[in-house]
Amino acid sequence: MSMNRREFLKGAAVGGATAVAAAGASSEAQAITLMREPKERPEGALGLLYDSTLCVGCKACVARCKEVNHMPVEIYPDQSEWNSGTWDTAKDLSGKTLNVIKAYMNGTIAEKDRETDGFAFIKRQCLHCVDPSCVSACPVSAMIKDPETGIVSHDPDRCIGCRYCVYACPFGVPKYDFEGAFGQIHKCQLCNHRLPEGKMPGCVDACPTGATLFGRVEDLNKEARQRLSLKAGDAYTYPRGDISGAIERPRSPHEKVISAEYQQEVYGYDGPLGGTQALYLSAVSFNKLGLPHGTDNFGRKIPDHAYARETEGVQHFLYTGMIAPAAVLTALVLMAYRNSEKHTSEAEED
Amino acid sequence: MSTTHEHTPLGGRLVTPPFIFLVVICVLAAIVLTQRFVFGLGEATNLNDGYPWGIWIAIDLIIGTALGCGGFVMAMLVYILNKGEYHPMARAGLMTSLFGYTLGALAVMIDLGRWWQGYNIMFPWLWNANSVLLETALCIFAYIIVLMVEFLPAVFERFGMKEARRRIHRVLFVFTGLGVLLPMMHQSSMGTVVVILGYQLSPLWQSHLLTLHFLLTALTMGYAIVAFESITSSLAFRRPYEMSLLGKLSGIMAWVMLVFFIVRYLDVIRVGGFPLAFAGDFKAVSFWIELLLGVGAILCLMPKGLRESPRYVFLGASFMLLNGFLYRLNCYLIGYDPGTGYQYFPSMGEILVTLGIFALHIILYLAFVKNLPVLHATGPARATA
Repeated sequence: MSMNRREFLKGAAVGGATAVAAAGASSEAQAITLMREPKERPEGALGLLYDSTLCVGCKACVARCKEVNHMPVEIYPDQSEWNSGTWDTAKDLSGKTLNVIKAYMNGTIAEKDRETDGFAFIKRQCLHCVDPSCVSACPVSAMIKDPETGIVSHDPDRCIGCRYCVYACPFGVPKYDFEGAFGQIHKCQLCNHRLPEGKMPGCVDACPTGATLFGRVEDLNKEARQRLSLKAGDAYTYPRGDISGAIERPRSPHEKVISAEYQQEVYGYDGPLGGTQALYLSAVSFNKLGLPHGTDNFGRKIPDHAYARETEGVQHFLYTGMIAPAAVLTALVLMAYRNSEKHTSEAEED
Repeated sequence: MSTTHEHTPLGGRLVTPPFIFLVVICVLAAIVLTQRFVFGLGEATNLNDGYPWGIWIAIDLIIGTALGCGGFVMAMLVYILNKGEYHPMARAGLMTSLFGYTLGALAVMIDLGRWWQGYNIMFPWLWNANSVLLETALCIFAYIIVLMVEFLPAVFERFGMKEARRRIHRVLFVFTGLGVLLPMMHQSSMGTVVVILGYQLSPLWQSHLLTLHFLLTALTMGYAIVAFESITSSLAFRRPYEMSLLGKLSGIMAWVMLVFFIVRYLDVIRVGGFPLAFAGDFKAVSFWIELLLGVGAILCLMPKGLRESPRYVFLGASFMLLNGFLYRLNCYLIGYDPGTGYQYFPSMGEILVTLGIFALHIILYLAFVKNLPVLHATGPARATA
């Protein structure tokens, strides 16, 4: 070799530095070239529309969710003395809670749907991402996105309990039940056991104000967009239940006067993070409600694309058809053969 | 130069006071594991809904397998780059890799929430080709098998199976090639694993170059563990230092470390994470300690005069190990923020199991070097060299 090791390593150091600098100059462009193609929402995608301004925080959806999914009530250790199991006190999603209502509170908490000195409710459950991190992450295909409905469901018989889905989900949705020797991953599956029976998801069925609607994502998006243009003082007729009225019986709508104007975005339809099938409307900024939106805690922009595109981009770049590893292996084996030939002949001379 | 007679068992008593101490740690770890399997992960660990992965993954697996990179980096040096002079150090490295990877796999089994279905990862019809974690898992299993084959010559030598030794030597180059490729794939992919965390990982660590950084730390930690073990065993077994080789190896280590250092910190600036180093929080402190350990390693190993001294090589190798250790811990735990007020600090049980795994590693090391031809023979001619 004409190049000695030191020169090689120096070259590598300079090369590495140049590569990083070049990547810096066009980090967005470079990221995009390595990103996997985006995924489209299925045409018949089903989902939810949650309108925070309609939610009164009654938690009927939480109770019904537990009932129809046979989930236990949540009693935290410090409550065991006075809570005998009649009061579900779920504060967040967990191995026992697939759907939860949380509250944003600020200052005097005087008025609903106001950011300062106000409060607002937020319903959290699986958002059924268009391009879910959990599906991309799961090594044994235990997270499945239905190609027609787009519902993301979980198969505990495949799951090995590695909890990479819990770690990876940007919305903090799948949870492993750490209690007991035989834990399981739990997440909202949009009541896909009820849909074939002609029933809507439990949370929608229970919602008295229509804050949570069920239906095709396209229909839900149309409904949501109509609301965006409403001004304070306008009256609007809000539907309840299934937006198409096809499931069970059509429900009576109700009229309400708008008191707080909507944030001008249907959260989840066009993004962030590749888009979702659970859509959100709110008068309070979405990040105040705990949804990733705008910038994160570190000042970075929450991207419009799914993170799965980034990891799969790297993965496919290196391993598609196993061509690159095969080429590297061939080179390595050839070099090892050439070098061990010498060793072997030397060994045999002994 | 003979390859067959270079290594020899150390001999000597296996059960010594330090050995008994290590066994006690293992027994304590076994008690915790009983608790984990009978009452569940929630009982034995501090894992929670915000921190589904704790030190059993971050340390035992992610860092443990990096400590198991000694074999791969030495094989690369000896058999691929044809630096035959390092051959005496290759087998010890190989053995460390065998233990590092086997114990890493053991840690995964312990951590699996549904371990009784763990075999599902072996069914091709369940494989998710998009899953980076699947690739790392399959690489671990494949590499353990490769390592076992690569280590067979030592076993054959021990039991005088000359014909078997000769035969395996003829096909060993294939396994040598695989034994370099598989850990490269596995180690780099462990970096890709955390890219999907997205905004949940601080920009002090989150990057598209994590794949490259993890490959580079596999090299730094692989070389560092070889040097570290060489000096430690010289001290423990009162053998002469392998300084002629160690000094040269340290030169390589210093340059690899420098490459990682430059790439890593230019990358932090590139992704705009550097201002967060002055946030004054725990993450920032951890970032600076990691950086200073890197500086320490380079300063100890870069000057030619220093790297001839066992003291500075030991110090430099230790800094380098700790730099990689902390870098990986930062990527998987300290830099991770699920953003919902969850906190995690390992339970006593988790710490005991981690210590138990490291203790088991040392127990196996002692048992093997004393009974199998792993360390190179230090005859009179060599001892004075």
